[in-house]
Amino acid sequence: MTQVVVAGAGTIGGLFAAHLARVVDVGVLTRRVDHARTLSERGLRVSGRGDFTSRVTASTDPGELGDPDLVIVASKGGDLEALATRLEGRFPNATVMTVLNGLGAEEVVAAHGDWPILSAVTFMSGTRHDDAHVEYVLDTATWIGPFRGTTGADASAAAELIRLSGLEAEAFADLLPAQWSKLIFNATVNAVAALTGLPHDRRFAEGMLGDLVRALVDEGKAVAAAVGVDLREDPWEMNVHATQRGHAHYPSMLEDVVAHRPTEIELITGSLVRAADRAGVAVPLHTALYALVKAKEASYS
Amino acid sequence: MKVCIVGCGAVGSLFAANLAQLDDVEVWAFDTSQPHVDAINAHGLRLSGAGDVVGNVRATTDASALPACDFGIVATKAMHTRSAIAATAHAFKEGSVATVQNGLGNEEALAEYVGNVIRGTTFPAGRIVEPGHVQWDVKGDTTLGPFEPRPATAADIERLADACTRGGMPTKAVADARGPQWRKVIFNASTNPIGALTGLTHGRVVERPDLRTLVTGLVDEGKAVAAAQGIVLDADPEELIDHAAKPEVAYDHKASMLQDVEARRSTEVDYLNGGIVRFGREHGVPTPLNQAIWALVKGVEDSWTI
Repeated sequence: MTQVVVAGAGTIGGLFAAHLARVVDVGVLTRRVDHARTLSERGLRVSGRGDFTSRVTASTDPGELGDPDLVIVASKGGDLEALATRLEGRFPNATVMTVLNGLGAEEVVAAHGDWPILSAVTFMSGTRHDDAHVEYVLDTATWIGPFRGTTGADASAAAELIRLSGLEAEAFADLLPAQWSKLIFNATVNAVAALTGLPHDRRFAEGMLGDLVRALVDEGKAVAAAVGVDLREDPWEMNVHATQRGHAHYPSMLEDVVAHRPTEIELITGSLVRAADRAGVAVPLHTALYALVKAKEASYS
Repeated sequence: MKVCIVGCGAVGSLFAANLAQLDDVEVWAFDTSQPHVDAINAHGLRLSGAGDVVGNVRATTDASALPACDFGIVATKAMHTRSAIAATAHAFKEGSVATVQNGLGNEEALAEYVGNVIRGTTFPAGRIVEPGHVQWDVKGDTTLGPFEPRPATAADIERLADACTRGGMPTKAVADARGPQWRKVIFNASTNPIGALTGLTHGRVVERPDLRTLVTGLVDEGKAVAAAQGIVLDADPEELIDHAAKPEVAYDHKASMLQDVEARRSTEVDYLNGGIVRFGREHGVPTPLNQAIWALVKGVEDSWTI
């Protein structure tokens, strides 16, 4: 692979773009013209676990971003439909890899073109300081698997490229076990953080709040079992492990409600609740949190 | 007779100022706010809104200044019950003490300090406008009955109810006051924290179908815990929830718990959802939704101390 386009230049997209630009040509598709101009002029700086600035080609027009082999879609859930629409008819030689929270991003993209599609989830995290600067905080891996018209070998090739760029990545023949582990983890931790205002810290693993987190995880595990997914990691253990890192992590859904922005509740908890409905599994606690977070969004207006 | 209001906030002031209209009742008030106490002693305790009265009330922040009283009416926030009655119990050695507070567990706390306890539930509401002056927002009924483990006598309960009614606070003495108490607790526990967690007014909570379903889930758990104790609710809390959502009633009302959260004050969630969970455990009734809501609101309170 020689050319990659990153569509969606938030924290995760920025981390991919800046790292990959060290090993291949990288184009960045942005939503705002001034963002593209800033990136093209100043490059994209990484701090934290890295300290470098990469040159990227940025534009709001996919036609100016060449003929990539790989397109990484890394938007927020709420922006995905609009972004996928802008990709329609573009990048005929590319494989598209979605890296979003929740479930269903692959289907959204697939409805807008016949590219081969890879499915991915990422556990890396960072902080976006400005349009041209992201801080690389957690160097946890991105997991990649085949989705439509792709094979385990395609997933391995993408993972290899990402590792070469300095990020962690791993390929799987079937991503669902990993994707569902993360779905249950996010549906639980992000919604609880958004409703309480608490960063994800040790309080999520002890006392009354720990009991609630465990009960939410158990509901999620029952849904996974009903749909026949054998989880790769126990989301409760992921929770405990993450809260033992020693620093408080602010889940993006908490940052969204603090800033009165739309959250990813539909793609995350909404996906889980809908899957539970289809499977005939009762998830009263996730259903409650789903309603509460949507109502909190409604309270902004 | 002498009556002492313990905790002379909005609700306490409604009782104090109205009872003070009666020639045969001497009203005292114990409160921790010096400006409020000073204003009451200087100008009387004034109510405006649903009723306009000024009551001659003797107020103090010093519990040792209280005389022996025939009745106490405790109207603090539920988390202050224990400290308030510990300070004032000496005034009620021969008397009976009623709670008109929100939540579950207040009677139990009072019974640790005084012998004759009255279980009470009150629906009138107001808010303090300035020291010595309370806006009376909503009129409503009060029910008094015995706290079964350490009850006041039926005659005393009747006497206090009669005084309240004559003073302008319609009050019924009943043999079992748990029905109205649980109806109000279930109402508060099923709606207040939803407002507090989402930021929505009562009416906006009720008009969202998914939230209304959650409210009903919470109500149903509360009803099951009440039923397991043999408590017969005096009316369905659902009716009160829908009634309050009407534009002319309380559509735009921010639940007190939402006001507490916005002001970063401790809430009464331990005595509402926490109370339902506790009684549920004692009677083998699962209450997962109340437990979840309790944990979330405690998490909110916890987030202020990072």
